[in-house]
Amino acid sequence: MLHTVNKSSFERNSLQTCLNTIDDSSVILFIEDGVINAANNTKSSMIADLATQGRVFALQGDVEARGISSKLADNIKLVDYAGFVDLVVKHGTAVSWV
Amino acid sequence: MATKKFMYLNRRSSFGTVYAIESLEVVLIAAAFEQDVSLAFMDDGVYQIVEGQNSDGIGMKNFSKTFHALGDYDINKLYVSKESLEERGLTESDLMPLVYEDEDDDWAEKPSIKIVTNDELTAIMSEQDVCLSF
Amino acid sequence: MAQICGADVDEEGFLVNLKDWTREIAIEMGKSDEIDLENEEAELYSERWEVLNLLRDYFEEYQIAPAVRVLTKAVGKKLGKDKGNSKYLYTLFPYGPGKQGCKFAGLPKPTGCI
Repeated sequence: MLHTVNKSSFERNSLQTCLNTIDDSSVILFIEDGVINAANNTKSSMIADLATQGRVFALQGDVEARGISSKLADNIKLVDYAGFVDLVVKHGTAVSWV
Repeated sequence: MATKKFMYLNRRSSFGTVYAIESLEVVLIAAAFEQDVSLAFMDDGVYQIVEGQNSDGIGMKNFSKTFHALGDYDINKLYVSKESLEERGLTESDLMPLVYEDEDDDWAEKPSIKIVTNDELTAIMSEQDVCLSF
Repeated sequence: MAQICGADVDEEGFLVNLKDWTREIAIEMGKSDEIDLENEEAELYSERWEVLNLLRDYFEEYQIAPAVRVLTKAVGKKLGKDKGNSKYLYTLFPYGPGKQGCKFAGLPKPTGCI
């Protein structure tokens, strides 16, 4: 499954709830304000393991808009809109954590 | 008209909600009334003034540029929460270098941004006549 | 919606899309206010255009149309101290440097301008 998260963990618990329910084969894509979760900050440990496994993605346009391209946590994979579509196709059912 | 102290509290990041741009719009409108205006950035609001924002990829207006105009509107007190920055792995050098020209000091260019602790912010807020939250 | 040279304008004559702006549009807008922005020999021609160009540069840099007081300051700084006053700017744009100037320059109405 593909889980998209569009809220910052400093504001909402969307990512935490997503992490509580995610299975071993699913991936996470951060979009909109969710990309704040891809930045290196005091919440980064939440996704560190998943990122090491190459299962954490962030939408490039949203990352650039927020000026955090150079501040990403380790092992975050950037995708563009076409990459977003590829993730949807590859992982089937998508869940939006809003 | 007696001058009142207005503070605008900015707690949301730039593009995910409409709060940030609405706040900036209100600040610019209110500037016409020549009141004592200050801005505070806390929580994800600190992302509004991060340097190097490029919104081309999401098709939205990059209004971070507008913060550079605030000095000309005599808005030169921008308080940024130290704790909020630290929590997000940010430092003052990650923020835009926002400045104003000091009329009383031969138009010398001075920084508008001041990093403050929560305690300092508490004190600044208690001096205000009006606090508007976005 | 009303149009000028094929570009959409709002009920007050301001361009809807900033990107549509051309010199021809400014000239047409000027005509309806009896201001000649076409003929280089016209009175105040270059003075008007230097302010219009400044307005466009200002928008490019800050993404807003400046309030009159801010425009006045910017004109004084960039075009010379003698020009940085509202009397001069109203001579160029009798309906208001903010309102009329911004309209000719293809900018939105200045924030806070009623």
